[in-house]
Amino acid sequence: MNEESRAEKFLELFNKGKEFTEELLRENQRLRYRLAASETEGASREEVERLRAEVAQLTDENRRIATRYKEVEEENKDFAHRYVEIEEQNNNLANLYVASYQLHSTLDFREVITIVQEIVINLIGAESFAILLLDEKTNELKAIASEGADVMPGVEGVSARLGDGILGQVAKTGESYYINQDVEGGKVTLDKPLAAVPLKIKEHVIGLIVIYKLLQQKDSFSAVDYELFSLLAAHAATAIFSSKLYSQSERKLNTIQSFLDLLTTN
Amino acid sequence: MPLENANFLVVEDSPTMRQLISFSLKRFKNAKIIEAVDGVDALKKLSGPDKIDLILTDINMPVMDGLKLVSLVRQNAQLKAIPIIIITTEGAEEDRERGLALGANAYISKPIQSSHLIKTISELLAV
Repeated sequence: MNEESRAEKFLELFNKGKEFTEELLRENQRLRYRLAASETEGASREEVERLRAEVAQLTDENRRIATRYKEVEEENKDFAHRYVEIEEQNNNLANLYVASYQLHSTLDFREVITIVQEIVINLIGAESFAILLLDEKTNELKAIASEGADVMPGVEGVSARLGDGILGQVAKTGESYYINQDVEGGKVTLDKPLAAVPLKIKEHVIGLIVIYKLLQQKDSFSAVDYELFSLLAAHAATAIFSSKLYSQSERKLNTIQSFLDLLTTN
Repeated sequence: MPLENANFLVVEDSPTMRQLISFSLKRFKNAKIIEAVDGVDALKKLSGPDKIDLILTDINMPVMDGLKLVSLVRQNAQLKAIPIIIITTEGAEEDRERGLALGANAYISKPIQSSHLIKTISELLAV
């Protein structure tokens, strides 16, 4: 082999080597690209997994928040309901405060009775009623004030003996009476009123407030009326009793004073 | 009209009811409560130095009743714009219609619920 053919063979070999090297480089490039692509694909999957986990977590959170929201909504409803109840209680306390303040603002017996009447009309909502006092000597309950004789004739003259009938029993036992309209048909008579509440000082009954008819706009007693009525009756009892005692002592004082005047002038 | 600093005229012959209504009105900040025992007394107070923002009146009163008062207030050029609430034991529909026809803005039957009264006043003054 001469020098020229050896050179051509070498050149051919070199070119093949070059082509092979180029081929290898291209493959390498292709593989590197695939590797990079695979790596990228792998990363996306991880990301998807991560996002999935995040979505699941957020869904849980969302569910938890929705549950809490419902709970808070229920609490709000409960608060709103309690607010109304408290408003009602405030109203009743204000009524009770004003009523007791008025009842104890005077020692004049007639004035106290007028205030009791005002309270029964305006706070209890009674149209026809009577205030009875117990005469401890005769054990008889007698009306000393009344309203609504036009709708309940005879209300001004209501009386009862202690222990007799509904009124007498209320005075004897000291337990309030409210008609059961479902059982008793709601028929109200002078002896069977809508309500009879004792005027009590501790356990000592001094009289009754007897209701025969409520105002047209008031259908029936509400749950809170019973409580309010009893509390008012307790205040009314002390006010009536003290004003009665005061007027009696005033009378006695006047008599003694007149007697002393008579003695000193002689 | 602001709900604060309002001047109320309470016309009621019963001291207990006057006090009860006045007590409810104390919910309004800096409210001034002027009391009158009947319609004639109310007209005197209305011509006094205090500018009345709202009148609350009973119907059944001696000397001059609440309906007459409503009627006179509505005929008076200086007073006719004052809102009036009737508060009464008369709960029949025809009584309500008569009161509103005479010019009362609201009609409340006794026994009153303080919250209802406050709501009615707030609506009338929040114009």
